[in-house]
Amino acid sequence: MNEVVSVEGVHFTFPGGTKALAEVTATIRPGRITGLVGPDGAGKTTLLRLLAGLLLPDAGCIRVLELDTRAEGRRLSELLGYMPQKFGLYEDLSVRQNLQLYADLRGVTGAERDAAFGRLLAFSGLEPFRQRLAGQLSGGMKQKLGLACALIRKPRLLLLDEPSVGVDPISRRELWRMVQELVDDSLAVVWSTAYLDEAERCAEVLLLNEGHLLHAGPPAELTRPLQGRCLLLRDLTGNRRRILSRALGRPEIQDGQVLGRDLRLVLRADAAPPAVADLDAGSGARLEEAPPRFEDAFVELLGGGPPSVSALAEGRPVSTPVAGAMVEADRLTRRFGDFVAAREVSFSIRAGEIFGLLGPNGAGKSTTFKMLCGLLRPTSGSGRVAGYDLQRAPGQARSRLGYMAQKFSLYGDLSAKQNLAFFSGVYGLTGGRRRQAVEDMIDTFHLGPHLRTSARELPLGFKQRLALACAMLHRPSVLFLDEPTAGVDPLIRREFWTHINGLVEKGVTVLVTTHFMDEAEYCHRIALIHQGRVMATDTPDGLKDRVRSSQRPEPTLEEAFIELLQRSWQEQEEVVG
Amino acid sequence: MRERRRRLQALVKKEFVQVLRDPSSLLIAFVLPLLLLFLFGYGVSLDARRIRLGVALQDRGAPAHSLAAAYAASPWFDVRQSRDPRVLLEELLAGRLRGVLVIPQDFSRRRQQGEGGLVQLLADGSETNTANYVENYARGVLGSWQEIEGRRSATMVEGGPELVPRIWFNPELESRHSLLPGAMGIILAIIGTLLTALVVAREWERGTMEALMATPVGIGELLVGKLVPYFLLGQLALLGSLAVAVLLFRVPFRGSAGALLLTSSAFLLAALGQGLLISTLAKNQFIAAQAALVSGFLPAFLLSGFVFEIASMPLPIRILTRIIPARYLVNSLQTLFLVGDVWPLLGRNILVLLLLAAIFFGLTARKTVKRLR
Repeated sequence: MNEVVSVEGVHFTFPGGTKALAEVTATIRPGRITGLVGPDGAGKTTLLRLLAGLLLPDAGCIRVLELDTRAEGRRLSELLGYMPQKFGLYEDLSVRQNLQLYADLRGVTGAERDAAFGRLLAFSGLEPFRQRLAGQLSGGMKQKLGLACALIRKPRLLLLDEPSVGVDPISRRELWRMVQELVDDSLAVVWSTAYLDEAERCAEVLLLNEGHLLHAGPPAELTRPLQGRCLLLRDLTGNRRRILSRALGRPEIQDGQVLGRDLRLVLRADAAPPAVADLDAGSGARLEEAPPRFEDAFVELLGGGPPSVSALAEGRPVSTPVAGAMVEADRLTRRFGDFVAAREVSFSIRAGEIFGLLGPNGAGKSTTFKMLCGLLRPTSGSGRVAGYDLQRAPGQARSRLGYMAQKFSLYGDLSAKQNLAFFSGVYGLTGGRRRQAVEDMIDTFHLGPHLRTSARELPLGFKQRLALACAMLHRPSVLFLDEPTAGVDPLIRREFWTHINGLVEKGVTVLVTTHFMDEAEYCHRIALIHQGRVMATDTPDGLKDRVRSSQRPEPTLEEAFIELLQRSWQEQEEVVG
Repeated sequence: MRERRRRLQALVKKEFVQVLRDPSSLLIAFVLPLLLLFLFGYGVSLDARRIRLGVALQDRGAPAHSLAAAYAASPWFDVRQSRDPRVLLEELLAGRLRGVLVIPQDFSRRRQQGEGGLVQLLADGSETNTANYVENYARGVLGSWQEIEGRRSATMVEGGPELVPRIWFNPELESRHSLLPGAMGIILAIIGTLLTALVVAREWERGTMEALMATPVGIGELLVGKLVPYFLLGQLALLGSLAVAVLLFRVPFRGSAGALLLTSSAFLLAALGQGLLISTLAKNQFIAAQAALVSGFLPAFLLSGFVFEIASMPLPIRILTRIIPARYLVNSLQTLFLVGDVWPLLGRNILVLLLLAAIFFGLTARKTVKRLR
């Protein structure tokens, strides 16, 4: 088959001197979706911009549809559909006006245009929202409109930059369906994503990490060597986190994760599976073979799994168990004008529990979080942390909690060490205790080589480590983590969860938000949040049980989320109707 | 060619819809101009009338009384009279008086002896402009008093040269008449530079520029698509300001509409060029706003000759004003309002503005390649 894109020996360095891509060689063929996969900072956006001719390579050559991006960018742009990460929509223009603008810019007029509008509005489900301003669409609808704008004139190459990140699972599924319907022999699609599970759905994958192309080819090529090495430990009794920690300490186990009530383990190459009895997981436990995942392969490419014990939790004494709730949200509501960001959010978290808020961007996770930290005053309702009301005693409440914000919230111009020194001061540590706390964090998170680097210039993984370190300096008994692992590679995600698991074993209470379904599996309980409402609160398996049926004996958490979302919409309609 | 025109139309239309839907653009384009006009029309006046002056009358002779009466009758002063200068000096210290005139005890005696007499003036130098006014007005009152006195006593030589002042263009010396045209210059500078810089930077921030660049739109079309709407918006704001100035504030307009249109067009080209240049260099709204304020608005305010006269600036600053587009606009507008179509001056200003515009566009075109860096 003819290739649409050929990339040969491409290098790209940003003006600041940061290397974005090194020696990338790849081809992209029509008739299929090519996944461009990797963590944040891997070079995905840079590669897409190079393909669109918006950037030129420092070295190497890119040919798209027989055109050289260097010399024939103008002609190329007529054959291209490009959807940048920030949609590229005009928020103060209506859905129709946005479509019209792109139609005019691409020279689609008259009957051709009417036909295109009809087709795209129906296809994206935006027909009822034609007159709505783009800025007032939900995240999922914005992505669909962005996609429709890129498809006004059917392109030969469609470049999509993270179309599904942070989008609710129903919209995500619809976006996939929309793009899959489009693909034919005259169209090549590049879909960039940080979700590794999406890689498995692509016909072909380009796996990028830190500017290097780790793999190019069908995803199955990568997962095949792991066939037979992925095991599910089921029906276990005892503490899952301790069993996992012990398992990860065994030489034959390379990688492991909590999966609801089960554990998922990956064996090292050529290692024999352990005897179930050795895992000390209770008499009923059994090992079952599971299909390998793309993420397992990525972890193997990166050189192995997480540490078995958390250095952060090691030195910490077990806190005396407290009866009652450590964190309580009681009908927390927050309005911004007409918009209700959080509506009567209630839950209570026991000491030593990991509680997850799972939902798409804009669902109200961060708003709820900020109200529970005392950063945002609720319109109504109340929140309590460690027994202190956030309205009446915010100081006492905050001294018990460590907060890691979603966005990078350290001082970018201060070095790593200066940030640690500053935050230890802020938390009121002095003298020997302060020095000790800072030293402990440096050892725990291996910050030694980066102490003098300004926080802004740290690699993403180290930024997140430093942020967690700063939140843990005063040894809080409650830890609030707002999307701690968004965009980092799976090794760092595993490391974070090892810390969280270790801390919880010592009695720390953790509230965490995420839009990664597999991370939600680590939690004791999850609240599913959508459009400011808690739709369901349960254990991961409890949620799956709610949608288990004879047609679907083993539902995933994502399937459960979608099903529960649809049920709650039906209920609402019945109430309204 | 037809394709290109359609793309341009689409971009211009989009821009207008955005301006009308975006409260901050509306604020800058319509509310701010009105605010400035009213501020300069009603609030700010550079005329010094009824300056508070203390007159310490220590002499009881007839000439002293007549001089004090001359000051009290002057329209420029609001006189507070006292026998004791210390009372008045305290008022001066407290800032309630701008100056104190002391007519000493021996004033009448000295005049009768033919010595002319001495009068002391103390002025508050902490406000230099006012102090200058106090000095000049006090001198003037003294001069005319002397003249009248001289005629009456016939001690002055007859037939000496006499100064007959006549103020051209603004006979009442109404500062509003020169301030309002200046304010219109600032309004155009804001719309041209600030608004343009902001809207382009916003496209970068929201990622819409990236999406546009991946379409067949050329860089020239992008620039013209930004120019046309804000050019029209600027002319609209000028027309509105003109109406307010002439109808509400009764500022005379002695020039022709054609000359005004030519002048404002030349200026808008330069100001838009400056705004576009700023936004190609600064791709976020905050930096673009700062740069536009510092390089566009402040010079238009301080260095255009609108408030501070250019002739009285130090030489290096005077040279600097030559590259400030607003300088040429304010000068032309004041001429158009108060004098009329003085083509040699207007023509020269228009040429300089077009030259500045060409420089800004040249730099912008060189810096804006249709790429992301």
